[in-house]
Amino acid sequence: MKVSMTVNGKAVSAEVETRTLLVTFIRENLRLTGTHVGCDTGQCGACTVHMNGRAVKSCNLLALQAEGADIVTIEGLAGADGTLHPMQEAFREHHGLQCGFCTPGMVMSAIDLVNNHSDPSEETIRAELDGNLCRCTGYHNIVKAVMAAAANS
Amino acid sequence: MHPFNYQNPKSVAEAAAFLAKGGDAKLLAGGQSLIAAMKLRLSAPTDLIDLSGIKELAGMKTEGTVITIGAMTRHAEVARSKDVLAGIPALASLAGSIGDRMVRNMGTIGGALAHNDPVADYPAAVLGLNATVNTNKRKIGADAFFKDMFETALEAGEIIVSVSFPFPKRAAYVKFKNPASRYAIVGVMAAETAGGVRVAVTGAASSVFRVAEMETALAANWSPDSLAGISVPADELNSDMHASAEYRAHLIGVIARRAVEAAR
Repeated sequence: MKVSMTVNGKAVSAEVETRTLLVTFIRENLRLTGTHVGCDTGQCGACTVHMNGRAVKSCNLLALQAEGADIVTIEGLAGADGTLHPMQEAFREHHGLQCGFCTPGMVMSAIDLVNNHSDPSEETIRAELDGNLCRCTGYHNIVKAVMAAAANS
Repeated sequence: MHPFNYQNPKSVAEAAAFLAKGGDAKLLAGGQSLIAAMKLRLSAPTDLIDLSGIKELAGMKTEGTVITIGAMTRHAEVARSKDVLAGIPALASLAGSIGDRMVRNMGTIGGALAHNDPVADYPAAVLGLNATVNTNKRKIGADAFFKDMFETALEAGEIIVSVSFPFPKRAAYVKFKNPASRYAIVGVMAAETAGGVRVAVTGAASSVFRVAEMETALAANWSPDSLAGISVPADELNSDMHASAEYRAHLIGVIARRAVEAAR
């Protein structure tokens, strides 16, 4: 079936099998490999992207469910000149990563979190990031980064 | 995932017509349980009927002291709805406690109810608040809706359109979460409704259930102390790697008292 959507501001379309997951479409058709597949069971959040402004798990979604949607992936955050998104900058500044595998999902999820909580407490951030797992257990600096980004937004 | 045909109807009637064509067709709401089950090949429908394009399944409206929530309303929308927060704060907080924020951005009330996962939260809301499930064929009262594990009163070809919740006098939902999945090991909705006190328990047995003895005691006196000495037998409760039946039976008492306290 044909599927069309906007990804990082660009209109894209392709012929896909109905069972194609959104993350597969993003990684294999569009070659945007910043969106990671971690657990592939909808638990770890490494595959988080924004669909019409809301964070969703792209491994638990058919590409066809995103028909006509506006998708933003980690590659769509930085400015054209390479200026990092404030959340990416906060992760860099506070070293909110260790191996980096969970980072794209963490950043996408954290942006959605800050969009919905203007002044989140540390407790709120920890609770609201519960859909993103960091197997390095590097949560402390991730939470610091999200707090800093929220304070500057 | 096994291959399937994908349909994208624009009306409930069109979706019902696809269902009536036979085969092993399934309705796709938010897909947060179904897609995962299909990936594991626990579910392999021949046809998937995506409800996301049907306008009549979206939106919420309040009429007097009843709020009606469209079947395709996402958990996140219920959690932050001003009308729900004002009329039934316990429902908003329950919706905000489901899964994680990405799951709440996709998962829907209609999907959760049709699935009737024994550890899901929404069944406790519907049964505890005495809601009505409105389908394309009829209205189903909460007490008649939930049958057994993953089983409801929905018939073949029947589609949930919306759910109507009457405002309770007071209500609270408390759950003892599985720390990894956030599913309820035990969740209790305790409510004083126009039709009387209701205590609905999810997570503990094969399907959500009410505890009549607790309801009678709370009707006489809405206080956590009223529940002292009331226990639910462990015989029919779930035992798994997360909690034994005996532990769940104990938790029901503890969590019910917390819910009553929270709804004072």
